[in-house]
Amino acid sequence: MAQVTLTNVKKIYPGGVEAVKGVSFDIPDGGFCVLVGPSGCGKSTLLRMVAGLETISAGEVSIGTRVVNQIGPAERDIAMVFQNYALYPHMSVYENMSYGLRNLGTPKDEIDRRVKEAARILAIEPLLDRRPRQLSGGQRQRVAMGRAIVRKPQVFLFDEPLSNLDAKLRVQMRVEIKKLQRALGVTAIYVTHDQVEAMTLSDKLVVMNGGQVEQIGLPADVYKKPASKFVATFIGSPPMNILPGTIDGPGIVALGDAILEARDLREDLAEQTPVEVGLRPEDVEIASEGEAGSLPFDVEFIEELGATQLFHGQLSGLPFVMQAATDVVAAQAGRIWITVDPDRVHVFDVATGARLGRV
Amino acid sequence: MQKNAYFTGLTIPLLLLLPQLAITVVFFYWPASQAVWQSFLLQDAFGTSTEFVWFENYQMLFSDPGYLKAFINTAIFSTFVCVLSLSIALLFAVMADRAIRGAEIFKTLLIWPYAVAPAVAGVLWLFMFDPSLGMLARGLSDMGIAWNPRLNGNDAMLLVILAATWKQISYNFLFFLAGLQSIPKSVIEAAVIDGAKPWRRFWTIVFPLLSPTTFFLLVVNIVYVFFDTFGIIDTITGGGPSGATETLVYKVFSDGKGGSNLGGSAAQSVVLLVMVIGMTAVQFKFIERRVSY
Amino acid sequence: MVEDRRLGDIIAYVILSIGVLIVAFPVWLTFVASTWDAATIINGQLPLYPGPKLFENYYRILFVGTSGTTREPVLGMMLNSFIMAMAIAIGKIFISVLSAYAVVYYRFPFRMAAFWIIFVTLMLPVEVRIFPTFKVVSDLNMLDTYQGLAVPLIASATGTLLFRQFFMTIPDELLEASRIDGAGPFRFFKDTVIPLSMTTIAALFVIQFIYGWNQYLWPLLVTTKDSMQTIVIAIKKMIVTSDALTEWQLAMATAMLAMLPPVLVVILMQRLFVKGLVETEK
Repeated sequence: MAQVTLTNVKKIYPGGVEAVKGVSFDIPDGGFCVLVGPSGCGKSTLLRMVAGLETISAGEVSIGTRVVNQIGPAERDIAMVFQNYALYPHMSVYENMSYGLRNLGTPKDEIDRRVKEAARILAIEPLLDRRPRQLSGGQRQRVAMGRAIVRKPQVFLFDEPLSNLDAKLRVQMRVEIKKLQRALGVTAIYVTHDQVEAMTLSDKLVVMNGGQVEQIGLPADVYKKPASKFVATFIGSPPMNILPGTIDGPGIVALGDAILEARDLREDLAEQTPVEVGLRPEDVEIASEGEAGSLPFDVEFIEELGATQLFHGQLSGLPFVMQAATDVVAAQAGRIWITVDPDRVHVFDVATGARLGRV
Repeated sequence: MQKNAYFTGLTIPLLLLLPQLAITVVFFYWPASQAVWQSFLLQDAFGTSTEFVWFENYQMLFSDPGYLKAFINTAIFSTFVCVLSLSIALLFAVMADRAIRGAEIFKTLLIWPYAVAPAVAGVLWLFMFDPSLGMLARGLSDMGIAWNPRLNGNDAMLLVILAATWKQISYNFLFFLAGLQSIPKSVIEAAVIDGAKPWRRFWTIVFPLLSPTTFFLLVVNIVYVFFDTFGIIDTITGGGPSGATETLVYKVFSDGKGGSNLGGSAAQSVVLLVMVIGMTAVQFKFIERRVSY
Repeated sequence: MVEDRRLGDIIAYVILSIGVLIVAFPVWLTFVASTWDAATIINGQLPLYPGPKLFENYYRILFVGTSGTTREPVLGMMLNSFIMAMAIAIGKIFISVLSAYAVVYYRFPFRMAAFWIIFVTLMLPVEVRIFPTFKVVSDLNMLDTYQGLAVPLIASATGTLLFRQFFMTIPDELLEASRIDGAGPFRFFKDTVIPLSMTTIAALFVIQFIYGWNQYLWPLLVTTKDSMQTIVIAIKKMIVTSDALTEWQLAMATAMLAMLPPVLVVILMQRLFVKGLVETEK
């Protein structure tokens, strides 16, 4: 097991395109780090640089105490699960799982012991003689994991491993991956664009955008205090509402006629500074008309989701969504009044999108 | 064109390429360049001296009535073989494409002549139509039709056309069938709902969708008629009677055979080379266009 | 589809049956001729059913040969044809799988140049450069040898293009997974690329075997000794212009024997044959 450290890692392609623009962070031994971001943000490139499948243009990657920049993928002591699994179609499940060990010249009985053990953990023992094409998507996924496990690597690398599965299986495998990683205690790096996977799996969440890290932290912290407008709208579903506002005093923002208290707002900002105010749909509550700090919300239609419901409409002429419990009864359309917990009002800089929070 | 995952190095890839490159250079580029070089040379009657004569061989070639005749023969031969073998093969393919019982067996029974050597195919047809002992030749004379491919140039041409067509049907059939089977069923069903009857459906929907296959086959068939039919002509007529079935490729062979007119034969090779390159270029242009659809 | 198909089906059966007849008739007649005696054929009295001389004719042609023209027994010629066809098929697969691997899986200077050098040979058959090629083979003292028969016909781009096309469909991730599993270029080739290419190799083999077996002009030029003749060129030599001298029953038996191996290959390996034919032409 080992810690993984990235120091100012860059990827510059021959054409001059900078896919990764200097990324630094570390993952403690046994940690589960998720890299999340939209497609093209550099997260996969970063993972492939850790794997040794891409060269590192600048900076340093180390696994344990060893700098691995110049070391080939087979010698890095890592295992990788690919998006399309990359199982060898002409080899049986057993051969797929044992190929890496055979290449290392591991003794036969040792290989057999490890493959059987991994198969037992993943409950794929009856499949060992099958070929990949005779397996379902979920089973292939398990074999890909099995191939990773038998090598007893220092680090597991996952490249969007669940994106080819249907929704139900995805939830199931997500839980299994987390359990497995905990049980084996192996450091893991996991790339996804799915923010639910990112939130649920990680104990260190890295949000990337445009080749740069936007925020690193515990998933709950990233959710509660997004470091930028990008993170705020990327993490959370339905996404955070963003409304234009102005500073109206220390810890106070104005949204049109309404005044909101924002407890986390920096206090050194001049009045009338334009800002962007973020309100999560799930942080909004219905108030009675005229209540202090309440905002008028014109509901246009309601989406029933079963466990909750979404009110879609306009707030000061801008699209707005709020989430409410199913027992909240509202007219199908018309004006209601809403309030927000002052601890949950997010304020961002208009130009940079950075969070204007207390330091 | 190129993988995103690859190896680097120079020695190993060059070693891997060496056998193919060596054979290609020795048996392709070297002889081909020799042909081009020889086409500019003229040997005297005794073969004792050669002279560089620029395009004289080509001038002689194009003023030679025999060469012109070979051109015309080739054009007639290609046209008939292409039209006949393509249309017959298309008919069979359309019939076999109907989901009738036994379609697979018919397919097997129709494709095997591909495996018959052109020279053997020639012998088969020669045997049927030999004026003195051929079964079908006798049938013709019983019906009062004069038939003698050994003396009559038109008869000879007809016979090589038939043999070459017979041999090529299986190939065209296979590709037409594959083309028909790749037309999505839903397109045909949409045409049925639009009220198109089978005959109309074929000409307005199926045939246009088949045009890439048809075009591809046309080019392949022309190349086939140009080169692969050598064995058919050599076994049936040997180019005769009096050059009536001598095609361009056959003439390269017969003019160069005795070694007396190497320059002329080489010039003919070069002309053929240019024609094939032209056809290949046309085909690639076409494929490019199809890719961009 | 709801449509009256009976009439159409009947027409289809009729047309296809006629097609099979047209295709099969010349071969049937050849077979029949190979089972009668010479006199019956020369008199033009050949019936449409087989005669009594099947075993006699085939025994004579396989183990003794004709009395005049080709002398050698056909069995030896079939062996020559077989060796030539196998050498062409195996040789072509060998050189083209290697060159395609280099072109697809390596990045190196001259990669495109090498590809084009091979690619240009795609559609130029040996007939176009027949005499200069003959001269090269003769200068290399390869006349009347199996190398002389096979090697010049191996030089063509079809195999390389076919394998290149197939390799491009192998997902990049397999190479990456192999790398993580510690496999270098040689292991990846041996353990993954070759096993995955087996059907493509088999399909190319079928096509090239037929191509090699059926060669005519080239063996005609490079073989001068009777012992090196292939079966296909022997048939032509058996048919002499003067009808009286032609032992037609033996020539026809030779034709049947010349057709047998490639036709069997097509029928028994139809799936591979179709795959090979369709994919080499793409």
